[in-house]
Parts: sequence; C-alpha cells; structure tokens
Amino acid sequence: MANFYTDNPDLKHHLSHPLMQKIVELKERNYTDAEKFDYAPVNFEDAMDSYDKVLEIVGDICGGRIAENAEGVDHDGPSVENGRVTYAPGTQENLELCRKAGLMGMAMPRRLGGLNFPITPYIMAADMVSRADTGFENLWGLQDCAETIYEFADEDQKQRYIPRVCQGETMSMDLTEPDAGSDLQSVMLKATQKEDGTWVLNGVKRFITNGDSDIHLVLARSEEGTKDGRGLSMFIYDKRNGGVDVRRIENKMGIKGSPTCELTYKNAPAELCGQRRLGLIKYVMALMNGARLGIAAQSVGVSERAYREALAYATDRKQFGKAIIEFPAVYEMLAVMKAKLDASRALLYETSRFVDMYKIYEDIAKERSLTADERKEMKFYSRQADACTPLVKGIGSEYCNQNAYDCIQIHGGSGFMKDYACERIYRDARITSIYEGTTQLQVVAAIRHVTTGTYLSMIRDYEAQAVKPELQWIHDMLVELTARYEEAVKTVTEANDSAYGDFMARRLVEMAGVIIMSYLLLGDATRNEAFVKSAEVYAKLAQAEVAKHADFIANFKPAQLEAYKA
Amino acid sequence: MSLNIVVLAKQVPDTRNVGKDAMKEDGTINRAALPAIFNPEDLNALEQALRIKDANPGSTVTILTMGLPRASEVIREAIFRGADGGIVLTDRVLGGADTLATSYSLAQAIKKMGKVDLILGGRQAIDGDTAQVGPQIAEKLGLPQVTYAEDILEIKNGHIVVKRRLENGVETVKAPMPCVVTVNGSAAECRPRNAMRVMKFKHATSPSGVAALSDSAKEIYSRRPELHIQEWSAADVDADPEQIGMPGSPTKVKNIVNVVFTAKENLRLENNDEAIENLVKELLANHTIG
Repeated sequence: MANFYTDNPDLKHHLSHPLMQKIVELKERNYTDAEKFDYAPVNFEDAMDSYDKVLEIVGDICGGRIAENAEGVDHDGPSVENGRVTYAPGTQENLELCRKAGLMGMAMPRRLGGLNFPITPYIMAADMVSRADTGFENLWGLQDCAETIYEFADEDQKQRYIPRVCQGETMSMDLTEPDAGSDLQSVMLKATQKEDGTWVLNGVKRFITNGDSDIHLVLARSEEGTKDGRGLSMFIYDKRNGGVDVRRIENKMGIKGSPTCELTYKNAPAELCGQRRLGLIKYVMALMNGARLGIAAQSVGVSERAYREALAYATDRKQFGKAIIEFPAVYEMLAVMKAKLDASRALLYETSRFVDMYKIYEDIAKERSLTADERKEMKFYSRQADACTPLVKGIGSEYCNQNAYDCIQIHGGSGFMKDYACERIYRDARITSIYEGTTQLQVVAAIRHVTTGTYLSMIRDYEAQAVKPELQWIHDMLVELTARYEEAVKTVTEANDSAYGDFMARRLVEMAGVIIMSYLLLGDATRNEAFVKSAEVYAKLAQAEVAKHADFIANFKPAQLEAYKA
Repeated sequence: MSLNIVVLAKQVPDTRNVGKDAMKEDGTINRAALPAIFNPEDLNALEQALRIKDANPGSTVTILTMGLPRASEVIREAIFRGADGGIVLTDRVLGGADTLATSYSLAQAIKKMGKVDLILGGRQAIDGDTAQVGPQIAEKLGLPQVTYAEDILEIKNGHIVVKRRLENGVETVKAPMPCVVTVNGSAAECRPRNAMRVMKFKHATSPSGVAALSDSAKEIYSRRPELHIQEWSAADVDADPEQIGMPGSPTKVKNIVNVVFTAKENLRLENNDEAIENLVKELLANHTIG
C-alpha cells in the first residue's frame, strides 16, 4: 500500500522551506502552548517532526483506503431521500477514517480542539487527499470554513461550533443561487430578523457542495430593499435546528462523490456571523481566498495523480519493440507534465507560506498590538498572498486539466476506456478551473497586480537570489523574459482602452505567472538537485509562452478587437 | 461498565513484503532485511479492543508484548491508535522460546496484571503461523477461549458474544468472562493513528529506548509518566526458569529445507478426455489438489 507522503519527497522539500522557521515560531507564539497542551511542540524541530508524522498519517490513509475507494465512490455517488443526503459507502468510510485520525480542524487553535497547524502543512494534506480522491478533497477541505468562523464570529460562536468541526462534523458554504453565480452581489436568499432579535432564512441556494453538512455558512440578504453586495450578511445555520432541505443533487461530470445540492430554506433559524452588511464584501472575500488556495491544492493533487498514471503507463506499455516512454513525443509530454506539476506546486506552497505569514500576524494582532515592523511585514505578505492566490488557482487548475488531458493521450485508446483511472482524473479535473471563480475571474483578480507592479517587485526579489552556477542561464533568460513582460505591460496600459486591456489581461497575467513559477523552480533546483530537470524544462516552456504572448501583444492593434466580437 | 482489556501483540518481520534477501543461505529468516511491523492480526484484535473501550467508557486497553526491548515500538504504535499503555516482557532468558514457553511467560505476566476482564490477540503471527499462543495462554490461565473471532457482538452480564469465521461459514458463540479471544484477519481493519495522540505520545518508549531520544525529548520524557512504557523481566513475572526460553521449549527444529520453485520442464497434454483424466489423477495422487 502506497503512502502518498513518503512516496513523494517533493512534499518534504516544500515543508522544509527556510521561511517555515519563522512561520512556526509565530504560529506557536514561541512555543508557549507546550505548557498548556501535551501535544504542543516545545521547539521548531519538535513542531516540524510533528507535522512530518501527521502528514505521514495523511499519506497512509490517502494512499490506502481513500485511493482504493475512489473508483467505487465515483461509481456509487451520493443519493438524496426526504431532503437528506447519504454519501457513497466509500465516502462514509473515508470520513470516518479522517475523523478517527483526527484530521478535521487541523488549522484550528488547540484551545478549540484543533491541531494548530499552519496553512502550509494543512494544504499539503489537501494536496494528498486530492491525489487520492479529488471529490473527497471537497468534503474534507470544507473544514476551511471553520477558519471564517474563527476569524469573524464572536467568542461564544467559536466555542460552540469550532470544536464540533474538530470532532469531525462537516461544513458547507452556501453562496451560489440560480441567478447569483460569479456575480454574488445578486444573492436573494432572505434573512429576516424576528422581534426577539433572532434570524430566519428563506429562499433557495444552488450548486452547494456538501449542502447537507452539519454547519453551514450562508450568504443572505439581511437588508431589505438593497440590491448589491452591501445588503448581504453572513449567517451560521446549524443542521440540528432544521429548516433547510436538499431538494435535489446534481448529476455531475466529475467529482461525483461530492454531493452538489440545491437547498430550500423555510424559516431556517440562523445566527448572524460577524457584522451585518459585511457578508460579501469582507467575509466571503476572505472565505473565497482560502477556498481558492484549497482548489489550487486540489489541482496540484490531480496533476500529481495524472503524471504518475501517465508515467507508469508509458514505462509499461511497449510498442514497436520498446516502452513508449523512449519516444521523444512521449517523453516530452511527460517532462512537460512534470514541469507543470512542479511549477504549480512550487507556487502553491509559496502562496501558502505568504498566507501563513499574514494570517498569523492578523491573529497575533487580536492578542497584542503589532510593532511597526510586524505591521509592515503583515502588509507585505498579505499583498503577496493576494497576488499569488488567483495566479496559483488560475494557472494551477489549467495545468491540472492539461495534465489530465495528456495523461489520457499517453494511454492512447486504453485511456478512452473506463478501465483506467485516467478517465476519472480527466472528469474530476474539469471543475477545478470553474468553481471558486473561473480562470477568467482569477485573471480579473490578478490583473491589478500586473498594473500596480506587485508581480514585478516579486520578480525583482527572486532575481536577486543566488542560483546554482550551472543554472545561471535560466536566471539570465528570465531577466530577458521580464524585460519582454514589462514592455508588454507598458504597451497595454499606455493604450488606455479598458476593453483592450481586459482582452489582454489573461496574457499579461500568464506572462507574470510563468516567470514567477520559473524563478521558484530555479530556487527549488538550487536547494535540491531533484528539481533541476523540471527547472530546465519549465524555463523552456516559460520562454515560449512569454514569446507567444509578447508577440501577440506587439502585433495587435486595439481596433482589431472588432473581429473577435460575436 | 468499565473493562480491563489486555491485547497481546507481537513485533514481527514483515514477511508479506519479502524481497530476495529475506532468507539466509540456511533457510532461516534474515531479520535485518525485513522491517519489523505490528503483527497484522494483532491490529485486528486491537481494533476490537478499542471498539469495546469506545462503547464502555472508562475501560482500559493495555498491550502486552514479549520480545526485544525495541518491541515497545508496537506498544507505542497501539497508543497512537488509542490504547492506554503497555508492557514489554523482555529478558535474555526468555529468548529462543517456542509457543509453549511463550504462552507460559505471557500467562505469568497476565497474572501480574491484576484484574483482567478480556484478553484479545491476533489469530496468529505472520512469522510463525502457529496460532497456538492464544489458546495455550487460555489453558494456562484456566480461561475459556474463542478463536477465529470476526466480530464481538455483545458484552453483557459477564458474558461475551462473538461471531467466529470458520472455514465453511460463521458461528456465533457466547462465553463467560474473563476469557481469551483470538481475532481473525477478516475482522475490521484497525483504525488509523490519531494525529493528536501521535504528537502527544511520539516520545513514548521503554527504559531501554530512552538513550536514543534527543535531549529535548529526554526532558519531556522525564516529566511525563504517561510516556513511560514498562519493561518486565522473567523475574518480575515470577517465571520458573525451567519453563521459559530455550529450556522451556521442547520444540526442536530438525531440519530446514530451502525450497525454490522452478519450472524445470513442460508437460504437453493431448486435448482429449483421457489425458485430462490422467492429469487430474496425478494431481490428486501428489496432493496438489484435493
């Protein structure tokens, strides 16, 4: 039986990044919890050893039962009866395993029953869960919602709900409605405050992942007569109180084990979470950023699985008297798959570390006031995280789709049959570039970091880092690519035409993305020999991508936009 | 109802993942080439014990193992999964024991453990495949025994109801407690390690293991008694020197033959009834089938 942690040394490489020392020290408040909790670490080495051991448990469960159950779960799927969802038998077993192993509420503080893990090792667990069963990653990963309760709910609500999540109760975030998908400002679900001050919810939600969960976060319109995002508030609905039923579950293309529900709310009692009117503009934005990082991890898990399936098949399959991996057409595909996998994973953990840094400071700020330096650092990492999240979600999900496609391609005719896992991987991958904001919406979130220069300043920071002498050529090439990127940005921004700017946004974001990921892989290869090939292959890919986009932008006149309009 | 449950566990070489170096020239096991693991069916037994503990709060699950001092690893592993603690029965004079001497030694240890309501163990260990130790312990302690247990259905009024997996079906039996139950591999898989318990108990070891701990782990070990796994010697369990180790083991290995299967020749059969009948007769005669 495989262990998805120990069979993949890349994870440990990312876990042992130099910035982790600072993250862990801050997260553990200089290891003061050790006096109160017998499972808290006493120093950095102890903490890292604990992450390592817990991730080994995750790897064991993922490589064992969860991976073995994935095919059955895909086949059986969940069902709904009398308004309640029943998970597929394999899903039930997976959840029970995760509960017994204590892998729920991993990032929650110890005083609320959590493991107090930083985001980075938690995301690493998500990476493995997704590799085992992409749909199950949703159910398990929705423990993220506890983060929103932790950040914005009052102390009494934290005490009542978060320990339940740590004990294994599941969560959902009820945002989408039939007429409010990408445009959440149009949410209509009605929240009414009764005379005694309590709230009830009425209306319909759609496409709600794990909609029959124990604890829901619900976006609802609390301010009568309003039409935009400022009239929306966040509520907590507890299934124990009743009032929300599942009308139907969707019949989906992939992630079939994860129930996608249509919900009806009939005078469902709910509690306000945080302040009125901040539901969308503050809380959902925070929730979505966490969820996007989760989807990025899910995407990397899919890429990993797709690469491994393809590699195994190409090594095994013989044609024309030799294994097909020996043909350039095939080994190129595999090398590019691996490079995309490694690049997106490098960005995933870079982003996770940025998120850790600013979120831990935010949490510390609740206990004491931060020093000027700390505030500055928090702001810096918050901005980096904000810039990297849409990038890794957007590009990472596209890469996992490309890898799933190539995985089938390498399998040839067999890949089109239901006999191999690759067809399921292909179906499961497809949603990653759609939910929690499509790739197109990630571009919308990312483009301001092109225009305000966040990406460029990140690139300058990477540029200043030392590299292995034999990889200097990559560094030099990236300097040239950066110049082309700057020139393209200048061309687009100077045109001062918003439609043309929107049209080119994707290209600019991708250029920044491939340069950043190339630098990250260069850093990985400098620290660890195992990444050298991927760094080289990805640099060649980045070069071609930047050239393609730069040429397109240089040769395009804003007036030519007309030809693209329907 | 709180119960004191003892789970017998053994650290064994992982004979399921045998590589080419697994056997020495003389046909004995090359222990160095095989990782030491928790005997698989003992994990099934542990799961049954933990389920009883879940259903009967206040119950304790104590692991008893005999072997080298490092066998405390299986106790730590069991603690990670929910056991309360354990004892390593370890002593040079216990070495070389066959099933008779082993069951005597373990029975002596159980007598020292005070009130025990239930003794669970795996059906057999994968290094010896005898399935004798559990039943012999029951005999030595004068307790009823239930073997091939697949599920424990009920514990009530001093009785245990057990579903047994037999060759041709299942049988449900009721036994008075205390008793010995050996659990079959077809029983429920053991639950995984628990993250919080792993962090809490990662430094748990027996006195012989303390030297290998880091300085900070030693400091933690010294102030947290729950990390201390006990070691008992033969004298601690009042074992009769004549009944333990080599002297207590009447089983003698007469000869070990290193059998390597190789396909030396092919037999070509004609496709007719007579040839097939002859083949079947031959296979019956040499006990390949039937």
